[in-house]
Amino acid sequence: MNENDTTDHGTSTSLVPASDAGTERLPASLIRGVDQFENPGLPPHVHRAADDDPAAAKRAERQVATMFGLSMLATLVFLVSYFAIPDEATFFFPGIGIAKTQNVVLGLSLGFAIFLIGIGAVHWAKTLMSDEEIVEERHEQASTPEQRAKSVAVVNEGVASTHLNRRPLLKYSLGGALGLFALPLGLQVAGSLGPTNIEELKHTIWDPKDNGGKPIRLMRDPEMTPIRFDEVTSGSVFHVMPETLQKYIDEGKHVLEAKAKAAVILIRLDPDLIKVQKAKDWGVDGVVAYSKICTHVGCAVGLYEQQTHHLLCPCHQSTFDLTEDCAVIFGPAKRPLPQLKITVDDAGYLVAPAGFAEPVGPSFWERAR
Amino acid sequence: MSTINETRPADALRAGDRQADERASATKPLGGIAGWMDDRLGGAKGVSFLAKKVFPDHWSFMLGEIAMYSMIVCLLTGAFLTFWFVPSATQVVYDGSYVPLQGVTMSDAYRSTLGISFDIRGGLLIRQIHHWAALIFVVSVFVHMARVFFTGAFRKPREINWVFGTILSLLACIEGFAGYSLPDDLLSGTGIRAMNGFIQSAPVIGSYMSYFIFGGAFPGEAIIPRLYSAHVLLIPAILVGLFTAHILLVFLHKHTQFPGPGRTNKNVVGYPLLPVYIAKAGGFFFIVFGVIALISAVVTINPIWAYGPYDPSPITAGSQPDWYMGFADGALRLLPGFLEFETFGFTWSMNIFPGSLVLLPLMWTIIGVYPFVEAWVTGDKREHHLLDRPRNAPTRTAIGIAGISMYVVLFLAAGNDLMAIKLHLSINDITQTLRVLFFVAPPVAFWITKRICLSLQRADRQKVLHGRETGTIWRHADGRFEEIHAPLTPDERWALVQHESHEPLELTAGKDVNGVDSPIAGKERLRAKFSNFYFRDRVAPATPSELEAAHHEHDAHAAAPEGGHEAIEPAGASQERETIKADKQHG
Repeated sequence: MNENDTTDHGTSTSLVPASDAGTERLPASLIRGVDQFENPGLPPHVHRAADDDPAAAKRAERQVATMFGLSMLATLVFLVSYFAIPDEATFFFPGIGIAKTQNVVLGLSLGFAIFLIGIGAVHWAKTLMSDEEIVEERHEQASTPEQRAKSVAVVNEGVASTHLNRRPLLKYSLGGALGLFALPLGLQVAGSLGPTNIEELKHTIWDPKDNGGKPIRLMRDPEMTPIRFDEVTSGSVFHVMPETLQKYIDEGKHVLEAKAKAAVILIRLDPDLIKVQKAKDWGVDGVVAYSKICTHVGCAVGLYEQQTHHLLCPCHQSTFDLTEDCAVIFGPAKRPLPQLKITVDDAGYLVAPAGFAEPVGPSFWERAR
Repeated sequence: MSTINETRPADALRAGDRQADERASATKPLGGIAGWMDDRLGGAKGVSFLAKKVFPDHWSFMLGEIAMYSMIVCLLTGAFLTFWFVPSATQVVYDGSYVPLQGVTMSDAYRSTLGISFDIRGGLLIRQIHHWAALIFVVSVFVHMARVFFTGAFRKPREINWVFGTILSLLACIEGFAGYSLPDDLLSGTGIRAMNGFIQSAPVIGSYMSYFIFGGAFPGEAIIPRLYSAHVLLIPAILVGLFTAHILLVFLHKHTQFPGPGRTNKNVVGYPLLPVYIAKAGGFFFIVFGVIALISAVVTINPIWAYGPYDPSPITAGSQPDWYMGFADGALRLLPGFLEFETFGFTWSMNIFPGSLVLLPLMWTIIGVYPFVEAWVTGDKREHHLLDRPRNAPTRTAIGIAGISMYVVLFLAAGNDLMAIKLHLSINDITQTLRVLFFVAPPVAFWITKRICLSLQRADRQKVLHGRETGTIWRHADGRFEEIHAPLTPDERWALVQHESHEPLELTAGKDVNGVDSPIAGKERLRAKFSNFYFRDRVAPATPSELEAAHHEHDAHAAAPEGGHEAIEPAGASQERETIKADKQHG
């Protein structure tokens, strides 16, 4: 007898022979022999201290009550501290550092007020409440064949009275209407979530058209002050925004949208290190400017390694080699960072005369079109 | 003691146990408010049924409870946070009490989150409880899933509930991502920026999807309110609805139980809801909530004030998502760049798309369909309410561990920069190693796990047949040493022998009499292959006759002085053997 391998009522007390109807529910891969151990039944119940010893029960009662009592105390601490502790108070918490007193005291008192209720309740259940197991019978989930047959009959009867089977016109028109009614709702939400302007993805405010056709000065980010060529000392790094951004800042509109594509990093390195002629030509005496938006998923490529002349994206570690025109030398990005052509204007400031030659930032379907 | 169960079937109560039905011998009539309620609702009928409902006890059943309770804590504290959080990307100038950021332009969402952290009394505590509870929620969901998987609790009739749970776990991750993106600090903004990159990577529709979701160009002002409505309304509604269905199905199916003496596939042995489970499970809610509050009191989580407001230009080193999104981030770090290519001027971002938009649905689909695959391979159509010990389902356990190893590789990859810094290793080496491990680790993990499971099964057999090592060394008169093995009691033995053991399916009649392949032959061949994969390394549980044979062997050894380490039989052993014989006759 092995009850755990069948749920068939009435056949479970002995093994089912192969010819028995009950076997059709057995997996074919399961080989069962008569040679099996028998379930020994529930083990004897072991009494706990509090079951037999009134003193132990009393002790358990006191322990539970103590926890509930301490919980009340902790609640009181919370109520008092809420008013008593000033917002700006801090203290040194060993092992953690400077901590906000209010947060620590409120949190600990609230935490203990709640925690002790739980511990008390569980201790109560484990020491005083009955620990005799109860055995509940399971019943197969499936309805009996009679119940199934009855439900089929009831449904069929209901369906028949709707005439759905006899009047196909009703069936198809209802299907059509139900199938279509969600379309307006779907269209409304999908159609109005936009607007879409895919061409905008290829455009940045480095485009001279945004500046009346004039070259655009490189400005420090976030100070928005122009950068003189002679201020860019060897090895220095500037985070750069275009002059045209000022208009957005003044209007207070779409600043982040503009910045999200316009961010540029400006670095001066020894011109002899630059191995690509185009990169040299688009810079000024080793001063080169590249889009700071990663060509992978668009994080800011903010880490510059002075020694190796590598730019590293902190999100997914795409590594770009400045000496190789910012080609990808490691990581998940495919394309090099787009270079921004720069020159020096008459006043000695760095300017970008032409904008980016290709879309900046992460790839998208229409990027190369 | 001819047989233990002669007088009483295995699933029956002991003499003297109070029967469940006999407990409720209420003599007091229902009146007062309860009576008033019952007049209108008729709840008394349900109460007696519900109060007697039995739940089996096991520590691992608490994992799902932790998930449930931390979700409730999230709902509670989340409602609090909505009183002060302003889901708006409108740019404002900060004038709150946190000095370092005064005068800085930031979104209203970030300003209000700073307000909750610094200017609302106890606000930081509620925020930290919310975030910690969310992290613990997702952890416990995953660990609960692992418990259900490795014990085979997903088998019939619980496949639907497994699918519900799978959807719940995916929703939990998305809900978490939406939540930690709301404060609009530099870290979460960078996360949204990356999300925009993921969306744009979708072939054909990527750019349009990005514009739809962001309501225009990235970042725009629409994403924060949209994430907010998803985070506080849309996803929680589905989450709570599905969770309710999940719990109702647990009620309907009655909880599974681990095998043990007296526990069968047709009963459930445990404690009643009233009072034991009300006290234990109710108390456990307070324990979970309390522990989360204690953690939130002393451990800072997501210090958004340290990151500053979102701006696309600056960035912090070590930018990482919350842990449950780590594996997807890791996948993006491992995918090599050369996978991106162009055809006819259209860009296929296969260095991003598989690791972002494909990975999550794919992974959760595989998890969701597993019960159906296994049921097909075993051909098992029966209900299963007794849990498997993981070792007794070696292939399933090995598949699970292989999947986990793949997940762990991706998860570690999300920390490749931190590992490089802390361990002074080259990030390139780490990434390359993890790329290789992604393919190598799962088969190795599969093989090792399966071997361990089979060894444990053999050890179980050994223990049943030769008894348990007592640690007592016996010196014989002739100078021999021998460790004494004590035979197992029937209760101890039962846990080691009760399981079923499948054998691989044999192909039958692939062709009909005319030598034509039967239409189902191909499918059956595939099934036989799978079955072979699952069950060919079978270790059958010990049987009474094997035990008897082992005893005879012992006797033979005992007679000859050079007998090995076999058991010295205690006085009860001969009785023991009689029991086994009786069992056989009985069966």
